[in-house]
Amino acid sequence: MKQFLFSLRRVTLLPALSFIFAFFIGGIIIVISDPIIMAQLNSPGKFLTSAGARIGNSYLAIFQGSIYDVNLARESGVVRGFYPLSETIVTSIPLIFAGLAVALAFRAGLFNIGAQGQFIFGAIGASYVGFNFEMSPLIHVLLVLLAGIICGGIFGGIVGLLKAKTGAHEVIVTIMLNYVAALFILWLLKTSVFLRPERFDPIAPDVNLSARLPKLLGADLRLHLGIFIALVVTYFVWWLLNRSTLGFKFRAVGANASAAKTAGISVPLVTTISMFICGGLAGLGGAVHLIGTEYALTAGVAGSIGFDAITVALLGQATPIGTLFGAVLFGALQTGGRTLLSNTGTPSEIIQVIQALIVLFIAAPALLKMVFRLKKSVESKSMAAKGWNG
Amino acid sequence: MAQLNALQKRRQSGVVTMAILLVVFTFIFYVTSSRVEPVIYSFYLGDEWKLISEWKIGSKSGVMIFLIFALIGVTISFIQFKNNKKITLGSLIFGFGSIMAFLSWAAAGKFIPLTGLLQAAVLLAVPLIFGSMAGLLCEKSGVINIAIEGQLLFSAFVSAVVASLSQNLILGLISAPIAGALVSWILAYFSIRFQVNQVILGFVINVLVLGLTNFFYTVLLVPYESTWNAAGSFSAIPIPVLSKIPVIGPILFNQTIIVYLMYLIVTVIQIALFKSKWGLRTRAIGELPIAADSVGIDVNKLRFRNVLIAGAVAGVGGAVFTIGAVGVFSQSMTAGAGFIALACLIFGKWNPKGALIAALFFGFTNSLQSNLSIAGVPIPSEFMLMIPYIATIIAVSGLIGRVRAPAADGIPYLRGTK
Repeated sequence: MKQFLFSLRRVTLLPALSFIFAFFIGGIIIVISDPIIMAQLNSPGKFLTSAGARIGNSYLAIFQGSIYDVNLARESGVVRGFYPLSETIVTSIPLIFAGLAVALAFRAGLFNIGAQGQFIFGAIGASYVGFNFEMSPLIHVLLVLLAGIICGGIFGGIVGLLKAKTGAHEVIVTIMLNYVAALFILWLLKTSVFLRPERFDPIAPDVNLSARLPKLLGADLRLHLGIFIALVVTYFVWWLLNRSTLGFKFRAVGANASAAKTAGISVPLVTTISMFICGGLAGLGGAVHLIGTEYALTAGVAGSIGFDAITVALLGQATPIGTLFGAVLFGALQTGGRTLLSNTGTPSEIIQVIQALIVLFIAAPALLKMVFRLKKSVESKSMAAKGWNG
Repeated sequence: MAQLNALQKRRQSGVVTMAILLVVFTFIFYVTSSRVEPVIYSFYLGDEWKLISEWKIGSKSGVMIFLIFALIGVTISFIQFKNNKKITLGSLIFGFGSIMAFLSWAAAGKFIPLTGLLQAAVLLAVPLIFGSMAGLLCEKSGVINIAIEGQLLFSAFVSAVVASLSQNLILGLISAPIAGALVSWILAYFSIRFQVNQVILGFVINVLVLGLTNFFYTVLLVPYESTWNAAGSFSAIPIPVLSKIPVIGPILFNQTIIVYLMYLIVTVIQIALFKSKWGLRTRAIGELPIAADSVGIDVNKLRFRNVLIAGAVAGVGGAVFTIGAVGVFSQSMTAGAGFIALACLIFGKWNPKGALIAALFFGFTNSLQSNLSIAGVPIPSEFMLMIPYIATIIAVSGLIGRVRAPAADGIPYLRGTK
């Protein structure tokens, strides 16, 4: 546990600098897109004041929308004031699972762009088991989660198997499989098995009550038990990577596949297993998301979670604990983005820009070092550049 | 029989696969088919010389005719294989026969506007072709380009905005390659200057462009639509005489200026890459940069330049979406075309000609899909749309011949390291 917390310190400086820099550039973009402020450019004092106010208000709105809403608290009590925080955590939960699916693959030397597809398949499996059966709650929930793990795991495992058997590059295969999954769910929701009775739009029936995750803070807040599952799974992935033989093999293959091979580790086997586990993690995320918040399977069940997961994992420097915090931060940004438009008129799309900038700077530590004139103080594990053929 | 080398083995398995597929198709489309209603293929669009306007044939007879085509294709490939030649010609004939047999089976009792379908296929393929050429230029010189999607999207955005503000389509078309090169510059700068993992970088660039275009779309293009997002689009320029040729004319020679530009760019790339000094150097830095360096080629400078050129090429492709078609920009309108372009590049084995054929094929499946669903053919359109993606997975898995990327693709070059 001490080690687990220690890894936290190691991964904070670089992301923190990236955040500051990305928010700075985000602020510039907000200002130049505002014609009223730009019109004041000829009087610098006025321009700076209104630009500063504009940026300050925007970022304050993100905070209010993601952590604690003063106005809401004044109207309906302190607990209600934390509604944004509950939303932030609810948004983070699927990101944690999918982010771990990407991070774990990174450590095994694989770039899993396919979390989106694996997430979708997990949600499909969970939905089927969730609405078709009726049983005692605990068992039902466990079965649903298992279905998610298996469906996602198989969808991810295919990638590992193809890579192990034929050398097909996982990036290409997962990009393509994401599209296959997106089209597959579109088709599936139109079939009689998944189409909700008396409905013509593609939506599956709600999962039965026995398959839903209980809400933690009453019916008003959407926060559900999934956060504990996410924490347990984060710890499990940390344990797997740092304390188990299998995890050691993952890291060995990730660090240097030919050295691992020489040491007697079966690289194809490790590749297949790691992709299966990654798929399982993303699939579990799909299942938790479905029975925690969505209940009904729709074509957009995964949103852009599987893609955001990549940015989350990069933000977390591919460590489990970093990914956890990365997911919560992104959850906060996305939740805050919703109030941004209503409070300040700044479109929430700026969040996407800031997210991308953060990751761009994290991926290029050298740039940050140059900008902030740091020497060797920034510890970074830049993802090793690898070619298509190996 | 003499021992076969690896290449011959692959050709052999290609011929065997085609033969097996032919048997399967015969079984599904002919033996067990109960469809007898005729298919009507229409060829005439209106402007070209009229040779034949439509062709009506019973579903089963049509299937039989085209299966015979496919059989001829298999036979030709077998003969080519025996003579130790490439089996491309035979495979193409086989592919044509199979697709037409499928169409005759699937569209029984329906009306298929074949020329219109092919014309749409070319239009759908154009951005894919530009995109895959951009990928090709990058990857041949050793830089992985996942950011094609971002290059297309950004230049679609910029060309629409520039054309709207200036009310000049030509200016829009000129701005598109600049926008594409700008996106490419990020890729080049970070991957060459900082050795950032190019796959991650490309991915992040896509997210960045998506976010930026979405943001400015909401802030500027929606509220001030009439000044910022009213570009209009190029109209088709029929080439005299050539556009009058039945079938081929409307498909190839009655298109917009961007399509003609595409013919030019593909030809130039194909020739330059394999016949010029620049092409030889480009291929060298993509395969073995250390060797190129040892004969005095500045590897990173050439890579930088090629990545920028690639962005410019993708940029012209991006313009197809806005000023080449609908005339306005809409959010994330490229919808994954950049990734299909990447698929084309891989499917075409990192070769301009191959990528061109792959893009046309993927454009064709897309156009076929929409035509079949308009005609009411009960084949889920989702599965038709999956074809490019599954075909690519099959291609990279080596089930139909091995595809191999340039050896140094994605590996940053630093002097003094290997």
